[in-house]
Amino acid sequence: MNKSIGFQLPKRFSPPVIAVILAILLFVISTFFLKTDTGLAGMINRGKMIINITAFLGLIAAGQTIVILAGGEGIDLSAGTTVTLAAILTAVVADKSDARLPLALFVALSAGALVGLINGIGVAILKIHPVVMTLSVSGVTMGTILAIYRGAVQGGAGPGFNKFVAMPFTIGNVNFGFTGAVVAWIFVSIVLWFILNKTQFGKHLFAIGVNRDAAHLSGVRVTRTAILAYVLCGVFTAFGGFIVLGYIQTVYFIIGDGYLFPSIAAVVLGGTVLAGGEGSYWGTMSGALVLTVLDSILTSSQVEERARLIVLGVLLLAVISLYGRQKALRQ
Amino acid sequence: MQQIRRFFTKKTFVFSIVLFILVILVNFAMQYANLGLDKFEKRFMFLLDNNIRGFIPLILLAIAQAIVLINGSIDLSIGNLMGVVAAFLVTQYSKDDSIARFLQVFVMAIGIGVLAGALNGIFVSLVRIPPFITTYATSFVFSGIAMWILPRPGGNMPEIATTFYRTMLPLGLPMGMWIILIIMLLWLVFRNTRFGAHMYAIGGNEKAAFTSGVSVIRHRMSVHMIAGFLAAFAALALVLITGSSDPRIGATMTLDSVVAVVLGGTPMSGGIGGVVGPIFGVLTLGFVRNIVGFANVDTWVQPLVDALIILVALASPSLIRLILKQARK
Repeated sequence: MNKSIGFQLPKRFSPPVIAVILAILLFVISTFFLKTDTGLAGMINRGKMIINITAFLGLIAAGQTIVILAGGEGIDLSAGTTVTLAAILTAVVADKSDARLPLALFVALSAGALVGLINGIGVAILKIHPVVMTLSVSGVTMGTILAIYRGAVQGGAGPGFNKFVAMPFTIGNVNFGFTGAVVAWIFVSIVLWFILNKTQFGKHLFAIGVNRDAAHLSGVRVTRTAILAYVLCGVFTAFGGFIVLGYIQTVYFIIGDGYLFPSIAAVVLGGTVLAGGEGSYWGTMSGALVLTVLDSILTSSQVEERARLIVLGVLLLAVISLYGRQKALRQ
Repeated sequence: MQQIRRFFTKKTFVFSIVLFILVILVNFAMQYANLGLDKFEKRFMFLLDNNIRGFIPLILLAIAQAIVLINGSIDLSIGNLMGVVAAFLVTQYSKDDSIARFLQVFVMAIGIGVLAGALNGIFVSLVRIPPFITTYATSFVFSGIAMWILPRPGGNMPEIATTFYRTMLPLGLPMGMWIILIIMLLWLVFRNTRFGAHMYAIGGNEKAAFTSGVSVIRHRMSVHMIAGFLAAFAALALVLITGSSDPRIGATMTLDSVVAVVLGGTPMSGGIGGVVGPIFGVLTLGFVRNIVGFANVDTWVQPLVDALIILVALASPSLIRLILKQARK
């Protein structure tokens, strides 16, 4: 009877909650540590800025979440070049005009789907290890970009698109301080939540992530679901690249490289199990937040690339040691 | 038909040897077309000697990768690990160092390689993180360390060592041939030991090996340390050829090592394979790239051709298997 009365701590914090707490802690500590803007107003502004930047990583890590959930050691190491590909195609097709933006979006997403389809066929039908398959597809994608554009890409994002992505979004006269990128991020998170939790594909995805044989025996088309997971991954990653282009306006050839490792780390930080079948996109979102806060600290304290690589690698190892461990053979 | 198929599944390297012979013939023909017919012997020696000497680092890495894969693990940090050791080697020497100093530093370099391998091993076997993510994470740590030791391309090697390695022809046979021969002999001894047998057992079925009393943790740990040990030798071979090093050299060689193993017919699922396949895998990969080099492909198109070769190489064993399966039906 009295069960509903009284405050109860949950027995075990879930990884997404831990990640959010970690992000806030890091953020508060860094405010004092860096001595940038003290005071509540300054802190809130900085917080909004960080969320605005997180949107890009969050969008790109959406696809990564899907393939990791699908299990079978699934991972997408071609995410970086897919971002580059989508950004370049958007720049070329849109060519600094807002009118052609829908067409550019369509082309970018189709290209992402194609890359995902190739990944999916290699992994699910030819049974090539996802790491090796996606890594070599990444090489092919980059090779294609270089062969076609020969080091110079014309075009870019239109002014309206850039304004939407980079400037604070307003409804009427109210300004929340969040950019259109955040709005896109929220939109994608709702779509992904719907796909993962409300559709048959979502249920099948979790099923093949947990146990492929059991899923097969209960009538799930394992190969088809796995391929579809990679295709969707390509589409979401390409959408991330599309939004990134709106932010930076003109492209260069390594635009997406920096997003690859964080996209995986964000998924893992958010508690999605690398073996598949367990996790959520909201976990990935909080993981992306932690990484962005950390990155802002490393950037503003002017840490060199080599130290950043080591910090990221050690962080990933430490986090997986906490909640990504496999079962012992004894059990 | 049954027998032929069994032969192919058991002797995993047959596919790679057939491919190798094909590729080397094309190579030979192309060199003829490009360089003319004279001095057959010299040309032949060049083909085997200089080329294979250059392939030795990747051969060693591919063998390290093969051993790890046979054991049912994977090492995505192997190239970067080699990069760390290579960076260490070239920063420790000056041009006129003696052989004694050379050996002293090299022993330390092997220690670094084994230690780095042990780091992978600890996380894979004791902490039980999936190997592909462990080694992916450590690859970043290693590349950071390599950049720390050697911030930009450069460095020195003692001239005695480099000239010895580059010009030595023991018994008139190419140096690379000797190294491959020694590796094969060592492998023959190694795989017939208790340790070797257990390594295959774990790769075939981890759980079964554990229940029959094999210490999976200890073996997996050792396997990653052996990989580090071999990567240290790969680093030595690399810096002896080039005389300097680049901190970013390792990244591309990791994928190459896996591709070479798969091309050599060793499946990535573990439990089957050997070192003969990977060796021929590397030689095939190397000679195919030679062909691309001879064919005068546009520089902007070259990365695409290179990547496509890798993709086709990865896909072809599975494709052949799929086709065989269809044909049986």
